Amino acid sequence: MPDVAIVGTGQTDHKSRRDDVNIPELAREAVDRALADAGVTFAEIDAVCFGNMDLFEGLAENEHWLASTFGAEGKPLLKFNTGGTVGTSTTMGAYYLLKAGFYRRILAVGFEKQAEGNSQGAITTVGDPIWERPMMAGAIGNHAVMASTYVADSGVTEEQAAKVAVKARRNACLNPHAHLKLPDITVEQVLESKMLAYPLRTLDMCPTSNGACAMVMAGDGHAQKLAARPAWIAAVASAHDQSFQGDSPKRMSEMRSLIAVRERLYAKMGITDPVNQLDVAEIYEPQSYAELAMCENLLFCEKGGGGRFIDAGIPLIDGELPVNPSGGVLSTNPIGATAMIRVAEAAMQVMGRAGDHQVKPDVQTALATGYGGNAWSDALILTARQPSR
Amino acid sequence: MSEPRFPDEPLFVSAELTLRYRYGAGSEATHYLEGLKERMAFEGTRCPKCERVYLPPRPVCGICYVPCNGWLPVGPEGTITGATVVEVPFVDPVTGEQRPVPYGFAFILLDGASTNIFHFVDETDRTKLGVGMRVRPRFRAERTGSITDVEGFELIREEGT
Repeated sequence: MPDVAIVGTGQTDHKSRRDDVNIPELAREAVDRALADAGVTFAEIDAVCFGNMDLFEGLAENEHWLASTFGAEGKPLLKFNTGGTVGTSTTMGAYYLLKAGFYRRILAVGFEKQAEGNSQGAITTVGDPIWERPMMAGAIGNHAVMASTYVADSGVTEEQAAKVAVKARRNACLNPHAHLKLPDITVEQVLESKMLAYPLRTLDMCPTSNGACAMVMAGDGHAQKLAARPAWIAAVASAHDQSFQGDSPKRMSEMRSLIAVRERLYAKMGITDPVNQLDVAEIYEPQSYAELAMCENLLFCEKGGGGRFIDAGIPLIDGELPVNPSGGVLSTNPIGATAMIRVAEAAMQVMGRAGDHQVKPDVQTALATGYGGNAWSDALILTARQPSR
Repeated sequence: MSEPRFPDEPLFVSAELTLRYRYGAGSEATHYLEGLKERMAFEGTRCPKCERVYLPPRPVCGICYVPCNGWLPVGPEGTITGATVVEVPFVDPVTGEQRPVPYGFAFILLDGASTNIFHFVDETDRTKLGVGMRVRPRFRAERTGSITDVEGFELIREEGT
């Protein structure tokens, strides 16, 4: 089966409002930038993979009227619909099609225009209507309960979580596409920001963003013609958890679906020491505590060591393993695009195209994850080296 | 490629959806909700292989991939495994109205169950609410056969405190 690579990426400049454009225009900005980055036109795209969040903008089957936005008339257009992970699922769908040899070049697209919809209302309909919906506490209440399980098990402090919030918004200042840029943010400001649901304060949470992300992906023989240094997809993994929110005994403290994808990815890649074997990680961290919990679950540090991991500066942009040099989800969250942004940012790092937030001149191996509210996880490893060569 | 246009006064088109739904509860939920309504009893389904007792009850164990067999009483008391006080208002998914804040919210492991449920807790002081605390359910006087027949859980305070 052919190797598959990302050969071009495009993002909007993510913002809290984009009243100047409609949804197709917003998505098209990212598509145009991805096509330009890869140096291709719609004519060279064989198929389109697209994902976005159901119900967030009150839309269903919007691929019908978005087809021309993606240049998809007369071509296969596949819609992906997996919630928070949709951006990674869409990427992996395109990967499977290219890997199977069906197509040469695929355009992958994700977007969200949250200012036009009712995201929290939509999220409360995600739970099972009989068993869970009446008690749903929205994304923030649910995340606060999950964070409390991690705090209880790890002893991570509010100050240590605040350091994650600070890191994200300072890194965002180096990223022209990032939404929430706070160059002078301090730990004290995070701790003084409004309490939403203990332990989560306003600055511990991701923002509500409007934006889009697109990528051009290509198979062996085509990828090399479109990029001097393609970001090869060396491994992918996806796993669901059980049906209900309370099924996973430790929730955020022990994220079963993330552990499942980690085990498969690391086994395939021979990774036993991720801090030394990975050059950068772009992980889907919806809030500050979650990033530390995810770093533990990804074995970036020992169990219960998330607080010491950030204290030691290991995930800083100039640290031993930079985590979310883009500013991450804490700085930018157009949900239907968010997980794809993790992949695109990881690809930019491998391709050497991350500009001011390029972590080092030669990123060989990058990890990207997608997160579906603990119910499921996706993860990909991108490499500068072509996997089969 | 043309540059994006930036209208001076953006135009918006409004839409409002009011949709009604009616979900079939299925056999497990029907049995369980009748137990809540008639006997104020919690019951889970048990996996014959790993012996996990599932709450909410379900037909198949997702770990062993085998059908669950039989009902087992659980609770009514339990232990908090995760907790918060929600202070930010948001839309109640049942009523469509803003739910009053603050309110206590927790993951609860009922005695004898292997999986947690989440529910409201009668405590809004976050310093008095935490992992490991014991709770008991507070049932409504008028029960309709819904998981909201349990209005919430109250903390079981140690004697003398």
